[in-house]
Amino acid sequence: MNLSLNLIAFYTIVRKEVIRVLRIWIQTIVPPAITMTLYFVIFGNLIGSRVGTMGGYSYMQFIAPGIIMMSVITNSYGNVVSSFFGAKFGGHIEEMLVSPMSNSAIILGHIAGGVLRGLLVGAMVTIIALSFTKLELKYPLITFSMVFLSSVVFSLAGFINALYAQKFDDIAIIPTFVITPLTYLGGVFYSINLLPDFWQYASKFNPILYMVNAFRYGILGTSDIDVRYAYLVVCAFIVILFTLSFLLLKRGVGIRD
Amino acid sequence: MSALSIKNLTKTYANGFLALKGIDLEVDIGGFYSLLGPNGAGKTTAIRIVCSLVEKSAGNIEVFGYNLATHPEEAKMNIGMVPQEVNFNTFDTPLNILVNQAGFYGIKRSIALKRAKKYLGELKLWDKKDDISRNLSGGMKRRLMIARALIHEPELLILDEPTAGVDIEIRRSMWKFLKDTNANGTTIILTTHYLEEAENLCRNIAIIDEGVIIENTRMIDLLKQLKQETFVLSLENDLMNDSNLNEFSYTLIGGNQLEVLVDEDHSINDLFELLNRKKIKVSSLRNKSNRLEELFMRLVHSKNDTSKENS
Repeated sequence: MNLSLNLIAFYTIVRKEVIRVLRIWIQTIVPPAITMTLYFVIFGNLIGSRVGTMGGYSYMQFIAPGIIMMSVITNSYGNVVSSFFGAKFGGHIEEMLVSPMSNSAIILGHIAGGVLRGLLVGAMVTIIALSFTKLELKYPLITFSMVFLSSVVFSLAGFINALYAQKFDDIAIIPTFVITPLTYLGGVFYSINLLPDFWQYASKFNPILYMVNAFRYGILGTSDIDVRYAYLVVCAFIVILFTLSFLLLKRGVGIRD
Repeated sequence: MSALSIKNLTKTYANGFLALKGIDLEVDIGGFYSLLGPNGAGKTTAIRIVCSLVEKSAGNIEVFGYNLATHPEEAKMNIGMVPQEVNFNTFDTPLNILVNQAGFYGIKRSIALKRAKKYLGELKLWDKKDDISRNLSGGMKRRLMIARALIHEPELLILDEPTAGVDIEIRRSMWKFLKDTNANGTTIILTTHYLEEAENLCRNIAIIDEGVIIENTRMIDLLKQLKQETFVLSLENDLMNDSNLNEFSYTLIGGNQLEVLVDEDHSINDLFELLNRKKIKVSSLRNKSNRLEELFMRLVHSKNDTSKENS
């Protein structure tokens, strides 16, 4: 494999993706800013003032890391699934398929695009959060590594969704019926210690719970789960999803007859 | 070594449709090759397999000696493809489309920009380089796809009906560009429904029908197979019905237009000698139909007739 060729090809995809995100900023940047501001106003401010503290922090402080992580997850996923499916739908995926670039470069280029958008939106939501509450950064390495790895997981998931999608409806099914429910049930707005034992146990099968809690631990220093498990879960998902993406792309699933 | 070597290429789609039934094809380096066939014959499938857009079911493909299955990187570097349908990002600009495509081939941006200027200029698109591609005319979009296919300067250019739907002026300018590209050493394979285009441009021809190659030869040899041609002559004066041209089979239309069948026992010179002897003056002459078109129809129909007889 020609490394220099693939690095240039990778850079080309990333550049293309970043330009796309910035060109359609009104669709990519503004909506999460508005939505997350509403979360802070309604859940954090109006309802949160009546909830009191959670895990030793004000409710606004408690939900802020979860809301930031939620925006990163949904935007990483959304960027890859819409961009790659758009390329499939418009036929310009063929520009990459006829070229000598490797399948890994195609996957990594799109994942990098998804991660960059996720982190950009995450940074913006963090700024919004800071206008509502004070956030410390207890463990910066855990914070940044967890947000990065979670973004990679959902970018890969978006890539697989895009490979299988045949029509635009297909790219909305997973976010609507899988990611959103798992996010809301993943400890963004509550500590699972408030749940009955059975539901505490059931919640531990939700990978988003690990991501949100590890990220919250990095910022506030409090978590419902052992952070080491979070790294284990997230890394396992990355390995599984990358392998799956690679095999699907190699077999041409959804892109070659 | 050939520019393209296809051996026993077979394709069965998931729905069971057998699109290619073990075709063989050798394209010489520097050649200008035409792949003809009726709709659904398998031309596009063959081309898309060579360009890695469709998975083959069986067979072997080599591009300039590189096996597409075992050395895809080297093989793909040598191929440029112009597809039948517009398949670039129509929200992007021609300049970005070309520079990004170069990037996918590992070409540095600084070099890509120079090449984009060169090819957009040669294809008369430079002044549109920053326009949104969606707003380009049909002919411009076709030329943009040719520029994109050439941005990595491939040795083999494959064009799938490149002039479909463009006006005659643009078509002729594209013909000239393709002739010049071929003269500069690029091997070209072309599929087209305009048989006049194939006859004008290509030196070799393969005819594919129902997934089988039924003819594969030099254009000049194929045209020699044409045993008779019908010429339409416009005469300066009306011809009398009793003019004796019985050496030839002919039909008089409207008094001053003559349709004459020239078979393999006669030449066009024989016809003119006869007309001279009869003092019949001709103001213009043309083929009733394209020569290649006649052969194409005959080959495809004779194969279909044979298939029916066998079944």
